[in-house]
Amino acid sequence: MEKFIKITVVAFLVFTVSAFSIKKEKGYKIGDIATDFKLENTDGKMVSLKDFKTAKGFIIVFTCNTCPYAVAYEDRIEALNKKYAKQGYPVVAIMPNNTEVKPGDKMSAMQQRAKEKGFTFPYLIDEGQKIYPQYGATKTPHIYILEKTSKGNEVKYIGAIDDNYQDASAVKERYVENAVDALLAGKTIRVKETKALGCSIKV
Amino acid sequence: MKPLFLLLLITFSSCKEDAKPTAKEYNPNTAPVKNKTVDLEIYDYKGLEPFLNKKDDKTYVINFWATWCAPCVKELPYFEELNKTYSKNNVEVVLVSLDFPKQYEKRLKPFILKHQLNSKVIALNDVDANAWINKISPDWTGAIPATLIYNKDKRAFYEQSFNYDELKTEIEKFIK
Repeated sequence: MEKFIKITVVAFLVFTVSAFSIKKEKGYKIGDIATDFKLENTDGKMVSLKDFKTAKGFIIVFTCNTCPYAVAYEDRIEALNKKYAKQGYPVVAIMPNNTEVKPGDKMSAMQQRAKEKGFTFPYLIDEGQKIYPQYGATKTPHIYILEKTSKGNEVKYIGAIDDNYQDASAVKERYVENAVDALLAGKTIRVKETKALGCSIKV
Repeated sequence: MKPLFLLLLITFSSCKEDAKPTAKEYNPNTAPVKNKTVDLEIYDYKGLEPFLNKKDDKTYVINFWATWCAPCVKELPYFEELNKTYSKNNVEVVLVSLDFPKQYEKRLKPFILKHQLNSKVIALNDVDANAWINKISPDWTGAIPATLIYNKDKRAFYEQSFNYDELKTEIEKFIK
C-alpha cells in the first residue's frame, strides 16, 4: 500500500513537472515548420498559405483593431506588404482575440478597419482561436516570418517589427525588414528573435 | 471694470496653464517630472532598474499596466487592496504605467486622480523594449498585464492577470 502511494506521488510529480515544461515549450521555435490554416478574410473569402503559389515565404502578423501597440504599427504593416509582397513575402495578418471579450475586434469591425486603412494584405480572423496557440503568439502585434521550403513553411524569425513602437520615424533597427532582406539575399538572419510590448491575446 | 477683471483672470490662468510641464516637454532622462495635480515620475529602463532591485526588507510587487489595457484595469483594485492590507507585512506595490507619453496628461493623470490610486504609480517610457524586456524577466514575452514580485531573497514573474485570491497566495510565499 505504501509503495502504491509512493508510486502515485512520483507519477503525480512527473505529470505535474512535465505539464509545466510543456506549458513553457509551447509555440514555435526558429526552424520549426509552421502550420497552414484556412481562415476567413475581411472580404468573406477563406485564405490559406498554400493559396500563395508564387510566394517565397510569409510575414505572419498577429494583430488586432483594439490594441494601441497594434494600431501604432498599422501603417508600418501595410508598408511591409507594399514593399515585400511583390518580392515574394506577402503580409498575412491574423486577428487572434476572442471577440466576445473584445467586440471591437469582431469581423465587422475588422472589415471597417481594413477599409479605412486600405489594407492591401489579408486580415484574417482566428475563429475558434485554434491557430495562434500553435504559433505560440502571446500578444498583438507578434510577428512570425516563414520561408517556404521543401519541408513546409519554416519559421525564420519571431518577434517585433522594429525597435520603436511609439515613433516610426525614430526607428533605428528594422528587425522584420532586415530578416526578409537576408532571406531574399540568401544570407543568414542576424537577429532571429526579439521581444516587444503588446496586448495579451484575449481568451 | 468687470470685463477687465475677467480678462485679467483669463490671462492669469492661461499663464498658469503654460507653466505646467506637459508630456511634450518630457526629457527622457531619469529625473522625475513633477505636475501640480499628480506627481508622475517618468523613467527610462535605466531609471526603472533600481525599483526592480531593492535589497531592503520589503517585498515589492511591480505591476506593468496601462489605462487602455482592460485586464490591467480590472485587476488594479486587487493590487490596491494588497498594498493596503499587506503594508504591515512590509509589502509595497508599484504600478508601472506603459501608457504612451502623449496620454500622460489626457488619460493617465486623470485616471490616477479619478480612481484615487494609493499605490505608487510611475511611468516607463523606453521605446527599445527588446533591450529591456529580458532584463525584467526572460519569462516575459512582452504582453501586459504582467507582474514582478520580489524581495532580497526571491523573485518571480507572472505574465498573467490576477484576482485577489491568486495575488494573496503569491504574496504569502514571499512574506512568511
